[in-house]
Amino acid sequence: MEKDIDALLADHLFFKDMDASHRALIAGCGKNVVFKAGEFLAQSNTPANEFFAIRHGRVSIEIHSAGRGPLLIQTLDAGDIAGWSWLFPPYRWKFDARAIEPVRAIRFDGACLRGKCERDPAMGYDFMKRFAQVFMQRLEASRLQLLDIYGNVPH
Amino acid sequence: MFHIEPMLPSPFRVVKNRKETQDTRTLELASATGGDVPSWRPGQFMMLYVFGAGEIPISIAGDPARREAITHTVRAVGPVSRAICQAKPGSAIGVRGPFGSAWPTDRYEQHDIVLVAGGIGLAPLRPAIYAIMANRSRYGRVLLLAGSRTPDIFLYRREVDRWRRRDIEVRLTVDAAAKDWTNSVGPVTTLIPRAEFDVKRSAAFIVGPEIMMRFVVQALAQRGMSLDHMFLSMERNMKCAVGFCGHCQLGPAFICKNGPVFSFSQLEPWLSIRDM
Repeated sequence: MEKDIDALLADHLFFKDMDASHRALIAGCGKNVVFKAGEFLAQSNTPANEFFAIRHGRVSIEIHSAGRGPLLIQTLDAGDIAGWSWLFPPYRWKFDARAIEPVRAIRFDGACLRGKCERDPAMGYDFMKRFAQVFMQRLEASRLQLLDIYGNVPH
Repeated sequence: MFHIEPMLPSPFRVVKNRKETQDTRTLELASATGGDVPSWRPGQFMMLYVFGAGEIPISIAGDPARREAITHTVRAVGPVSRAICQAKPGSAIGVRGPFGSAWPTDRYEQHDIVLVAGGIGLAPLRPAIYAIMANRSRYGRVLLLAGSRTPDIFLYRREVDRWRRRDIEVRLTVDAAAKDWTNSVGPVTTLIPRAEFDVKRSAAFIVGPEIMMRFVVQALAQRGMSLDHMFLSMERNMKCAVGFCGHCQLGPAFICKNGPVFSFSQLEPWLSIRDM
């Protein structure tokens, strides 16, 4: 039997150890989605009404450059979250998110979740702390990419 | 001969010199006087001396079971390493060693092993991979997490595919890639939160630039791995390789003699001191 959204979230790294009542509230805004390899989960400069909890497969975060095509910035895998533009006005995607391989994910309705976070500050705070950790990890990753950490010492 | 006079290079000849990437070559060296190469353990290094150019420490990158030749992977980043990379088959190279400590592969049998390599750091880990593969059933999960700047400078690409078939889970990541790259993009640290291993019964062998290793240690510690179970291969200006000259001293240790492989808990007090 297929698991319901709440049970799927319980297995997802982002929602690990979340209070069950909070998770159940969040699950009410989610639905299962699948993407074929090459399909876009989101495209830059389009309305960001959602984010995705990736359950299976790999997603690339890209930016398209005229003459250079898509430039890969980072990849995301099962256990990762794709998208935070739904949190902040003007709610538009800044980057493309594309399935590199078949992807199964849970799509969350951004407006639905923002409303629930406003009405239940304890849940909203827990949720924001989890997103803050994602921001921190992505920022750290970007800094390390900028540092060129695999550089050499000349002999 | 190596233990009698550790400062005297022995003559070796280049048997093979294979291109790995644009600036990196893998050389096989055999004793110029015949016979087996000295026995060595995964993680140890040799001092390679190009006559007229100089001498540098290079980790051994081959299979420890092979006795007829010793393998080194060298990136041409300075005058000596460039001279080694340009050495043609048949030419002579002076060799001292092997020196230093080894990866504790025996101590962590029955454990999961997480191998983390950055850039050319895959070369010093390769002998540990051979040693583990030779006794694969004695280990739990074996994961190789390897990061590189771009896809074209990954070492041992064909061999990595063979390791996958020998029950080693391989995850590759790069800082920048084109659309056709289907592995990960991001620093090697981003592979750690999702890597599947038993944190209470595992050990990590880590090689790469110090900044990278520091962040890898943090990511593994965040997963709950003990600092005593994380091992780093250090490189710090080794000159004599036997603890005489002090060039590679780090706190109370000489990297060449007490290392290059240390547990992180051994190194921790000294790594955070600036300019050391």
